[in-house]
Amino acid sequence: MDGREEAELTRLLRAAVEGDEAAYAKFLDKAAGLVRGFARRRITQGGIDPEDIVQETLLAIHLKRHTWRTDAPAAPWLYAIARFKLIDTFRKTGRRMEVTMDEDFDVAAPEGEEQASEREIDRALAVLAPGQRAVVSSVSVDGHSIGETATKLGMTEVAVRVALHRGLSAIARKFGRN
Amino acid sequence: METDRLIRTLAADGAPRGMSMSRVWSLTALAAAAIAAAVFFMSIGPRGDIADAAHTIRFLFKFVVTLALFATAFAALRGLAIPGVNPARAMAPLVLAPALLLIAVGLELLAIPPSQIESRWIGSNALICMTFIPMIGIGPLAAFLFALRNGAPTRPSLAGAVSGLVAGGLSATFYAAHCTDDSPLFVATFYPLAVAILVVAGAVAGRFVARW
Repeated sequence: MDGREEAELTRLLRAAVEGDEAAYAKFLDKAAGLVRGFARRRITQGGIDPEDIVQETLLAIHLKRHTWRTDAPAAPWLYAIARFKLIDTFRKTGRRMEVTMDEDFDVAAPEGEEQASEREIDRALAVLAPGQRAVVSSVSVDGHSIGETATKLGMTEVAVRVALHRGLSAIARKFGRN
Repeated sequence: METDRLIRTLAADGAPRGMSMSRVWSLTALAAAAIAAAVFFMSIGPRGDIADAAHTIRFLFKFVVTLALFATAFAALRGLAIPGVNPARAMAPLVLAPALLLIAVGLELLAIPPSQIESRWIGSNALICMTFIPMIGIGPLAAFLFALRNGAPTRPSLAGAVSGLVAGGLSATFYAAHCTDDSPLFVATFYPLAVAILVVAGAVAGRFVARW
């Protein structure tokens, strides 16, 4: 990433925190690319899907974006979050592997492969409260807007926004913990 | 769910933003001070001769040290809650309070006759100090740890430990108004031991409370 790209990233995030939704989507897209490269370079062992790190980092960026100081560059903030999430995942995965190894040597390998086929985010989504899950799925999986989701589920737009935000916070908390 | 779907979903959730960090920290500091004051006045309260003591330099200097600890640790904590802020740089101001205290210890050793060193050093309130600084500080510690959840500390244990320093600085400020042992020799020995209890508690709790 050169200086111009870095300045562009900062500009997009600044526009995003001022309420520009399109700039925010563009920022997240660029962030996803950067974190993907970062995670792929560092994940050398099996059992961790770099895309899970990308998604968990994007969720963290989203829920913690008020911690970014608008006069600071965006890249160091973004990479610090990605590094934190990667280390946290290494720690959690390591612990999970230890448990598996202790209990039964034989099942360790095949179970690892099964896990890789399903995204962490889908597993977190599956255990949400039904109301939140309906809203988050409608927006994410079906691609509906807030307004369409409100009509479909017979809710007000405000209630949809609240459920979406709470659902995303709950997914971030459950990520990699089940 | 594929990542571009997630990005669209996050962008759709663009509107609600939580309270700004500086607002949360200001409110937390106010709440912590109120908790500490309540516990202090309901338990030990200020010493009886505080009006006279307020004219002595040793008494006043205790507040310079404890308030310096509170202010520098609070600034460090705010930095540690932000991803990408270098922890060492955020914590650099923490040298101020110990440095002030060391200078005061040196001056005290020059000022008093050697025969008085032991009695001033050990004082008569060591156990009370080590009981009440943690007791007054435990509520504020909980408040600062809770506020940390609104931030994004990439070193949760360290941030928890520094929360203990902030709570300790606040608590020691109140306790200093009670204690009659004003010598820097006493302050440099027993205050740090008492604050260390809060630091350890904060480090342990931070691992769990400040996760995100």
